[in-house]
Amino acid sequence: MALSGVEIFKLLPKTNCKKCGFPTCLAFAMKLAQAGVELEKCPDVSEEAKRVLGEASAPPIRTFALGIGEKAVKMGGETVLFRHDKKFFNPCALALNLKDTLSDDEIAKLASEVSGSEMERVGQKLRVDAVSIEYASNDSRRYEAVVKLVAEKAPFTAIILVCKDAAAAETAVKAVASRKPLLYGAASDNADAMAAIAKAHKIPLGVCAEGLEALSSLTEKIKSLGVDDMVLDSGAKTAKEIIENNTQIRRSALKKNFKPLGYPIINFVLRADPAVESAIASVAIAKYSSIVVISSIEKWKNLALFTLRQNIYTDPQVPMQVEQKIYKVGEPAPESPLLITTNFSLTYFIVSGEVENSKVPTWLAVMDCEGLSVLTAWAAGKFTAAKISQFIKESGVEGQIGHKELIIPGQVAILSGALEDKLEGWKITVGPREANSIPTFLKQRK
Amino acid sequence: MAYVVPKESYNGKVLGVSFGKDSQTLNFGGENTLPFLSFEGEIPAKPVIAFEIQDIPPDDWPETLKAQYAAVSSDPVKWAMHCQNELKAQAIALRLIGTHPDRENRSAQDAAKTVKDVLAAINVPLIILGSNNVEKDASVLVAAAEAASGHNCIIGKAQEGNYKTIVAAALAHNHKLIAMSELDINLAKQLNILITQMGFNKENLITDPMCSALGYGLEYTYSVMERIRLAALMQNDATMQPPIAGDVGMYVWKIKEVSALEAEVPLWGKLEERGVAWEAVTASAMLIAGTNLLIMRHPKAIETVQKVIGELI
Repeated sequence: MALSGVEIFKLLPKTNCKKCGFPTCLAFAMKLAQAGVELEKCPDVSEEAKRVLGEASAPPIRTFALGIGEKAVKMGGETVLFRHDKKFFNPCALALNLKDTLSDDEIAKLASEVSGSEMERVGQKLRVDAVSIEYASNDSRRYEAVVKLVAEKAPFTAIILVCKDAAAAETAVKAVASRKPLLYGAASDNADAMAAIAKAHKIPLGVCAEGLEALSSLTEKIKSLGVDDMVLDSGAKTAKEIIENNTQIRRSALKKNFKPLGYPIINFVLRADPAVESAIASVAIAKYSSIVVISSIEKWKNLALFTLRQNIYTDPQVPMQVEQKIYKVGEPAPESPLLITTNFSLTYFIVSGEVENSKVPTWLAVMDCEGLSVLTAWAAGKFTAAKISQFIKESGVEGQIGHKELIIPGQVAILSGALEDKLEGWKITVGPREANSIPTFLKQRK
Repeated sequence: MAYVVPKESYNGKVLGVSFGKDSQTLNFGGENTLPFLSFEGEIPAKPVIAFEIQDIPPDDWPETLKAQYAAVSSDPVKWAMHCQNELKAQAIALRLIGTHPDRENRSAQDAAKTVKDVLAAINVPLIILGSNNVEKDASVLVAAAEAASGHNCIIGKAQEGNYKTIVAAALAHNHKLIAMSELDINLAKQLNILITQMGFNKENLITDPMCSALGYGLEYTYSVMERIRLAALMQNDATMQPPIAGDVGMYVWKIKEVSALEAEVPLWGKLEERGVAWEAVTASAMLIAGTNLLIMRHPKAIETVQKVIGELI
């Protein structure tokens, strides 16, 4: 929670010495409140003031990475409870849970599947981000071997060590320390030992307790032991516990600046039925989880969860866009119709989906309008006769098709005259106003 | 630092709606807190899921979905009874899609007969939906409302272009009403105001801010619903307090992800499971955003979402 200028002023020396470059301490305080100057400019500031101001300026939810390298997942740093208020910044990680009691073959296979889970959707590369390795064998040498095997088979994937036995955990952490694994879980009965391991290896620590009161006192204790990066597990298992506890954690951090809960959240949503698990994972994705641990990664399930995560974490102020080009829907021939629309991803998806439903092979020209929908792009002067004709001429579509007819969206019927002037020799046809009329429109043309 | 539960206090509450007859009446809505936050408010009713059926065979549904109803979907009465008796549907949503001019262009009288036949065969509550053709729905839903007189149904959807006649029919025959606008909180609010200005009781109204499928604009629907709920609870905005409907099935079951064969897109995995997950994930996100009444299609997706609801309440 930011301090006001007057609150900051009370912490300053009040000598008006001008060494900071400002005429008075109050002026300096006012500038500090706007984050327009660094506190270090004041040579006489007390340690107490540094501490208070430092804490007040820290983000309400601590930010750090899960894993290393390009595929590390940034967590925390969120600033709002509702995505429409600004946006959600750091998409949650999806982690596959593996028990060390599985056979080596199964573990190798699953780790490779995680490693190869990447797919692309609307220009983003999406993947299962982590493997969570559960210590179920009660044999620390087995655990270490499994952790090494996973690290080898999934060389760029983040690793979560789910192990409450400090001795076994330490061995495993050492085996993959360079990968900066997340060590889960410190609980009330092993907090000192687990904190010592996390501190020694500079890795984040997963902290678990039943309920938020117990969890807060545990994170305070672990912080005092020198661990800064923590991940919270409130013990939430059911969908209701997930939504209620996660909401309380996010609210405490953002609205009350309650530091003991100002960390990213981990939720284990393990269910026997993969369809049910997908739906419960959806609750965690929508409601503030930073790591969602699941028990299976069927391709269909990954696709659904990746898509939901992408939807929830889309910036509401910046429309999703698709690439400007001439798309083929079906296997269009030179005489197939040519439609044009804008590159707002939703417009593209809906129009191409309806064209596909028509079963009429079609050329679909998608024009860069900075991600605006048809009517908005027209109103903003980005979908005009001049720009459309330039795009059509430069796209090279004239060499691909055997006719000169362009079908424009019904919403911009007004452009047809101007377009016929600009695109010499072309016939401009006004298509339907709404995408759901496209199948009827295309079929009737036959 | 001691932990204090960060509770919000809300000024408003979501209105409760009940539909159906006698012992089969269903309630939804009525909560005075954001979705499923029972630590700071009362949630008197669970969300309801209605099985969607249609007046004509669902030729345009993907094969994996059509197969679920292959034995019954040629006859809306059989289809309705199958959902009620075999699939244990809480409620049924009859979509009169055959009345659309681009489909079979069935008449309002045909639609009314289908409504009567279905009502005679079932005892769970019924939702009666038009074909979303603004002009045609104005006559179809009037005839359907009359045919269902006395059954306390939900009819819809009233839109800006046709609400007057549909509201009048719902008033005359004592039905509940779904008001639909297109993904804009201000349009939703405005339509609710216009409808209540006609003397329609806001406690009989349900808001449909327009659903969208996962990957196809879900985030827009999600945020419009969240904003409607916040307006209802935090600002006590009476025009935003009707419960919310999510017409999930019709948006999900027409996109590529639920019909593309695994052979065509191997990366997407098994088709049947993919379709079920798509509908279940879409519906779950809608619930979290504030939906009280879901309209869905695939029995396995409905079963899945019922389990989520079981965990949420």
